[in-house]
Amino acid sequence: MHLIQQLLFILFAGAAIYFFAKKVGEIRRNIKLGRDEDRTDNSSARWRNVLLQAFGQKKMFKKPTPAILHFFVYAGFIIINIEILEIFLDGILGKHRMFVPMLGGLYSFLIGFFEILGALVLISCLIFLVRRNILHVKRLSQHELDGWPKTDANLILITEVVLMSLFLTMNTADQVLQSRGVEHYVVTEPFWITSNFTSMLSGMSTGSLIALERSCWWLHIVGVFLFLNYLPYSKHLHIVLAFPNAYYTRLDPQGEMSNMKEIQNEVLYMMQPELAPAADPNQPQQHRFGAKDVMDLSWKNLMDAYSCTECGRCTASCPANITGKKLSPRKIMMDTRDRLEEVGKNVDKNKSFVDDGKSLVHDYITVEELRACTTCQACVEACPVGIEPLSIINQLRRYLVMEESNSPQEWNLMFGNVENNMAPWKFSPDERDRWAEEISA
Amino acid sequence: MKIKSMAEYAANGENPEVLFWVGCAGSFDQRAQKITKAFAQILDKVGVQFAILGKEEKCTGDPARRAGNEFLFQMMAYNNIQTLNGYGVKKIVTACPHCFNILKNEYPELGGNYEVIHHTTFLQQLINDGRVRLKEGGDFKGKKITYHDSCYLGRGNNIYEAPREVLQALDVELVEMKRCRTNGLCCGAGGAQMFKEEEKGDTRINFERSAEAIDTGATIIAANCPFCTTMLTDGVKNKEKEDSVMVMDIAEMVARSLAD
Repeated sequence: MHLIQQLLFILFAGAAIYFFAKKVGEIRRNIKLGRDEDRTDNSSARWRNVLLQAFGQKKMFKKPTPAILHFFVYAGFIIINIEILEIFLDGILGKHRMFVPMLGGLYSFLIGFFEILGALVLISCLIFLVRRNILHVKRLSQHELDGWPKTDANLILITEVVLMSLFLTMNTADQVLQSRGVEHYVVTEPFWITSNFTSMLSGMSTGSLIALERSCWWLHIVGVFLFLNYLPYSKHLHIVLAFPNAYYTRLDPQGEMSNMKEIQNEVLYMMQPELAPAADPNQPQQHRFGAKDVMDLSWKNLMDAYSCTECGRCTASCPANITGKKLSPRKIMMDTRDRLEEVGKNVDKNKSFVDDGKSLVHDYITVEELRACTTCQACVEACPVGIEPLSIINQLRRYLVMEESNSPQEWNLMFGNVENNMAPWKFSPDERDRWAEEISA
Repeated sequence: MKIKSMAEYAANGENPEVLFWVGCAGSFDQRAQKITKAFAQILDKVGVQFAILGKEEKCTGDPARRAGNEFLFQMMAYNNIQTLNGYGVKKIVTACPHCFNILKNEYPELGGNYEVIHHTTFLQQLINDGRVRLKEGGDFKGKKITYHDSCYLGRGNNIYEAPREVLQALDVELVEMKRCRTNGLCCGAGGAQMFKEEEKGDTRINFERSAEAIDTGATIIAANCPFCTTMLTDGVKNKEKEDSVMVMDIAEMVARSLAD
């Protein structure tokens, strides 16, 4: 019997890890479809961001209530994983609570601690469900979340509630079995939380208790494996990508827009032709200007898209969105991920990308959305994991203006004025210092 | 008072302490010209030797770049950097946060390296150094004033305190809006929005922001950007509060409070 359980466990764990690794490989491949960009400088500042933003969740605390609840879930997730390690080893080796002899009194302390975290996770997730489905917190119930994104969020929360309930029920049953001196159930000190609930199960027969304990153990660990494989298809992938994303986040001042070296050079060679290099037939083919589709974005933009957990802090702080415009920075990230997944499937099917007549701009993100942005950087500032929706917006705008000449008439006038009058308005350059003459007079 | 250009300084083989980058709004927009004049008057009064580029100054290219027209931006930047480097400019002060951001953060990669200071920081330094002396019990003493963080000074460059310190030096009663500092709400003009009609929505961004500022009960909304000043002034008019609430640049407030 034990041997079958062991084999089943190994089979299940192996499959879970295999499928997860396969999907991770796909996501990695998809992210690498983006353009190159160096984000490896100044590693000390980058590690600092990982510690403060990812581990310390610094930016989350701008909204204290969800921040504290989220911190419980996050701490619970990271720390309870130590318990998963024991469950995993028990499963492979066919043992039960194999850390008890090694840790002695410390064991019950640890499990007690995990139980407190588990209970906090459970309560926090229930409150999160209430915020989403009963209180309808605005940023958690906006249009772009209709359909799958809302279901995704609820599935994640319900799964965590179920997993924690299984964990706590398993411990309760275990302690009743311990008190009855049942074989295999190593006696420990009472666990902090579940020891108070043993009376609820004390009426059950030893046989049913063993069945209950085993069922909880199995459902819990199988649930964990299934959840692991759900992650890459879900917004919940942020629990993994938040860390590298915080590392690779931009370190320049937020106001700085990225330079386009190829255009800088083009202008330079136009003004100073003597600097232009001789035509090189081996020169790599020119990119298109700006970004039309996900492949034109940088890999970091694409990693941003996979790191987004759709919390909507960006959208809640976006002046365009607040005043009812179509732009939502969160939707920009969701669209980028959706399009990238579509492109990824295209690549899977055809070995390399075959034009499907679609693109990120127009088919996913409309011109109206892009034109509503004031580049105020509130979305970048708001993101707890260092995502930059503005970077994508800027690149799509560059494509619209430079490749499609798609700009509103007023902007065309402004461009003309800047070019001819050296100012965005139609004033004569000779008038530029009129104020100084007036003041002198 | 005579405002000299870089060309005039150069003709005498001299170099001013600082170049005052006026910017297009500060040069041409009637409202912003007042800010420009106020700032120039302060510099003149306290004896800061400064110059302007005058007719040689060109748009930094900011609205073109933010709209997506990188070619036009690069053209403007190339020409401005040629001019600035030609005069050997080391230090620039500007009353526009968009010019400030682009000169400070985006010109270096193109070969334009200068020490760039926003006028509110410059004023704060002049006050701290005792070069700007303020009247005891000036016009703004004890007045309820709220401060609007511009995006490109605040979030863009992390400058939140210098302008507030200047206001404190004026002895005002500073009342903050709920959305301030890193959470400050845009006035609606950035990203070249100044030059086009807003996209369709429920309200205008400047109306939303001005309403928030008015709700603080302040009689003056202090700004640090010519575009914010215009947008907020329009927003105040929309609420028909132009008789009781004024929008002023910090330089204008300092100019009115200079000790004799």
